[in-house]
Amino acid sequence: MLDLINVSYDTQIPNNVGLSSDKRVLKALEKWHPGYINWWNDLIPQNFQESMVYLRTAVSVDPKGWAKFDYVKMPEYRWGVLLAPQVEDRRIPMGEHLGEPAWQEVPGEYRNLLKRLIVIQGDTEPGSVEQQRFLGLTAPSLYDMRNLFQVNVEEGRHLWAMVYLLQKYFGRDGREEANDLLIRSSGSEEAPRMLGAFNEETPDWLSFFMFTYFTDRDGKMQLESLAQSGFDPLSRTCRFMLTEEAHHMFVGETGVGRTIQATCEAMKTAGISDPYDINKVRDLGVIDLPTIQKKLNLHYTLSLDLFGQEISTNAANAFNQGIKGRYMEMRLKDDHRLINDTYNVLDLDGDKIIEKEVPALTALNMRLRDDYVKDAAGGVGRWNKIIDKHGIEYEMKLPHQAFNRKIGVFSGKNFDPDGNLVSGAAYDQGLTEWLPTHADGDFIQSLMKPIHEPGVYASWIAPPKVGIDNKPGDFEYVKLHMA
Amino acid sequence: MSPINFEVFPESYRHWRVEYEGDIARVIMDVDEDGGLMEGYQLKLNSYDLGVDIELADVVQRMRFEHPEVKVVIMQSGKDRVFCAGANIRMLGGATHAHKVNFCKFTNETRNTFEAAEEDSGQKWIAAVKGSCAGGGYELALACNHIILTNDSTSSVALPEVPLLAVLPGTGGLTRVTDKRKVRRDLADVFCAMEEGVRGQRAVDWQLVDEIVPNSKFDDVVTARAAEFAAASLKANGLTGIKLTPLPRKIAEDGSISYDLVEVAIERDKGLATITLNGPDTAPPASTDALQAEGADNYLLKLARELDDAILHLRTNEREVGVLVFRSQGDPAAVVAHEAMLLDNADFWLANEILQYWKRVLKRVDMTARSLVAVVEHGSCFAGPLAELLWSCDRSYMMQDEFEGDNRPLATVTLTAGNFGRYLMGNGLTRLQTRFLGDPEAVDRLEAQKGEALDADAADDVGLVTFIYDDIDWEDELRIFLEERASFSPDAMTGMEANLRFAGPETMETRIFGRLTAWQNWIFQRPNAVGEEGALQRYGTGIRGKYNMERV
Ligand SMILES: [Fe+2]
Ligand SMILES: [Fe+2]
Repeated sequence: MLDLINVSYDTQIPNNVGLSSDKRVLKALEKWHPGYINWWNDLIPQNFQESMVYLRTAVSVDPKGWAKFDYVKMPEYRWGVLLAPQVEDRRIPMGEHLGEPAWQEVPGEYRNLLKRLIVIQGDTEPGSVEQQRFLGLTAPSLYDMRNLFQVNVEEGRHLWAMVYLLQKYFGRDGREEANDLLIRSSGSEEAPRMLGAFNEETPDWLSFFMFTYFTDRDGKMQLESLAQSGFDPLSRTCRFMLTEEAHHMFVGETGVGRTIQATCEAMKTAGISDPYDINKVRDLGVIDLPTIQKKLNLHYTLSLDLFGQEISTNAANAFNQGIKGRYMEMRLKDDHRLINDTYNVLDLDGDKIIEKEVPALTALNMRLRDDYVKDAAGGVGRWNKIIDKHGIEYEMKLPHQAFNRKIGVFSGKNFDPDGNLVSGAAYDQGLTEWLPTHADGDFIQSLMKPIHEPGVYASWIAPPKVGIDNKPGDFEYVKLHMA
Repeated sequence: MSPINFEVFPESYRHWRVEYEGDIARVIMDVDEDGGLMEGYQLKLNSYDLGVDIELADVVQRMRFEHPEVKVVIMQSGKDRVFCAGANIRMLGGATHAHKVNFCKFTNETRNTFEAAEEDSGQKWIAAVKGSCAGGGYELALACNHIILTNDSTSSVALPEVPLLAVLPGTGGLTRVTDKRKVRRDLADVFCAMEEGVRGQRAVDWQLVDEIVPNSKFDDVVTARAAEFAAASLKANGLTGIKLTPLPRKIAEDGSISYDLVEVAIERDKGLATITLNGPDTAPPASTDALQAEGADNYLLKLARELDDAILHLRTNEREVGVLVFRSQGDPAAVVAHEAMLLDNADFWLANEILQYWKRVLKRVDMTARSLVAVVEHGSCFAGPLAELLWSCDRSYMMQDEFEGDNRPLATVTLTAGNFGRYLMGNGLTRLQTRFLGDPEAVDRLEAQKGEALDADAADDVGLVTFIYDDIDWEDELRIFLEERASFSPDAMTGMEANLRFAGPETMETRIFGRLTAWQNWIFQRPNAVGEEGALQRYGTGIRGKYNMERV
């Protein structure tokens, strides 16, 4: 009998989808595999490829005990195809097919829309690995280096997950799309990644933490809504990806938290209480709080753009057709059809930000963004607690949604982080205080010195409270290969 | 609703920028989202409405008259990641049937005009496609003479109308795919039934584009290709343009319009517009230098511009005017002399452009879905270029013999060399060839009568007019005809006239107007597209169109 909980290693590709008996898809995946390995090998600097990294590898999709930890060379990481267990008699949770049995095959009429959603999601997964490719060289500790690589290999696995769906369910077109996922590349002039935030640089570790906190959280929201899909294989894939995604956001939240912690501790020791005494704070070898806030502003607003236009036909179609639900669809108490419902979206009336009531179906992007904003606020609160504990008067804030937008009604308008429309001159001047400047980048870059000694951390970041897999503080998370 | 104005000026474009670099021009589409002609929609993603297209038509027209130095035109997008998303769906969903049909006709005419610019004026259009290029966006590219697509593994060309909106790519899309690009019909079937389109090498293999170019080299290759085409052009170098000055148009309370040479008297209660074309009151320019100096004041150019504007205005803003009466007043010999100056100097760019433009205006008249009647009165000047109107019209009436109390010169019709090949119809024939389809020799015989002022009996004899009446019958016959015409169903009239006007061979142009648009206009009436539950109405709500699955 097919074991759908434990991962089978009877093919080159670990899986719980019975690949060994699905020759067609197996063949397609095996054909795709070398291209993927090339992509990986070209991406990550060679000495890291040879290093032994203490990684978790999924061995089961059982929520309890799904992963095991061990040293592994990244190119030998067992990327595989893992779907959450099938829910018996699962029903489509929304839209015009509400209550009908979930589809196990792609309905022909929705093939293109589904494919498009999967391609867009799939495109983000390798994108972030590409953005973070050089960070290993400046890791502030082996612990952080390991976390980076863990995130990277799992994003690689997410790519596998999407590629599996494309190859299994979307025929020749799907195979071509799978190939193109390896052709596009972050920041490339030739063939850039599809979404803007995945073509931005991740120049330093603070950006990495902000990215995993804010941008991976967009991924979480997208996966949560795709997990509601009436197309069951997509739903199951996304549910399993979410277990991995949680770790990425953990890396982000604790990374920013530890950065703040190091700053606050250093300020306290040096007797500096004014967070705006930037030069003095920087002289301590830590990143001043206002600069951390600027990074937050940047990554948060880039991530907001990922939700697309506030009013969207595609989102409406996807929901109504049962392809993409809302965040926590199953827990929402309404008719799950939304035909006659309305939802308030932010809009501009001349220069004024207003709330406008629109058909709920067309406002699903906005709704997901609203859920995201709430979700993202939690970690910010915890960061502020750290600052508070050190008796420093400073508060990290999520900027207003109108600030620094490239997509949606606010795009291209001069809003400040508090949501006030300001003059072009005031905006230009304010930008240096709202978003990281090149000079800020230079300073942060000057702190990015690699630390390879187990248990030692760069000055600008505090050690974690607990180790990965409960390992002790001086655990050697990466056994570096020294050429 | 306030009338739609077809006259625009580059200084006030909202949606296009034009950059001139020697013999190459860049036409950059950068649609202002909030610049829709009507309320209720935003022109997102470089989607267009009639307002956007009116500006494009102006770009094309000025390119030819104001910038004859241009040999290659690059059409590109001013937006990131999108070339053009096509006609705005919400605009289509909200528009009346009549507006949709008029919109499609005008956009088709504009596409035809820049498509023909290479052959007519030595201006070759290149579509430089970066980003998504869907529906009407691809139709814009299709009308260009060369299509370059970036190969960034994302950008594609697509005609998603059928699967997405339950309508056709009706701005030439289906026709140009098969007739111009010569895409194999089964591949065309696949292409036109898929939403996401085709990109990369397959777009070349299927002949949907002429070439694909790596994204990083895209701008360079486009620029290089433009330079190559310009170098290969046979067009003269360094031509200087003329200025298309503002039209002298006055609209009266009752809708009547007057220009310098054209007057339009509107009788709304009778559903009638009478268009009077006045003959020249100056001698033709003595030389090409003099012609260049005249510029927009040249008689035939001025007449063409004014008539063109009047026709567009009537089509869009006077929809209950069902019958257009064409009359003229002036000296036929002067008309002949003006045309002769242009024909004799047809290798001079401006003479050529004016003749080509007159050809286009006549086609616009042919394509006008109103009953067209020419009235050849005493004192009229239906000669050469103006005589063409007699055969554009569905019927013509001519005054015979002297009328009491009327001392104007007797009505005549004069043929010129221009009538035998200068002003081809959409079917590729002259109006005379089309008129005498069953008797080609009649056309040869007529050619021998060039230059003669034919009176009513002579014109009737050789079949150049429909009816001739003397002053006893004239007024009654004309009144009865006009009253009868006004009483028929306008739909049946439009259908009948459109079928009778275009005898002879099919061309891509006739297939676009006769087949594609006719089917599109049928679909535009069907509930599957425009009903409350139809795809166009439902577009954007997230709820799909509900189709009646009966094949009709
Ligand atoms: Fe991911
Ligand atoms: Fe992630």
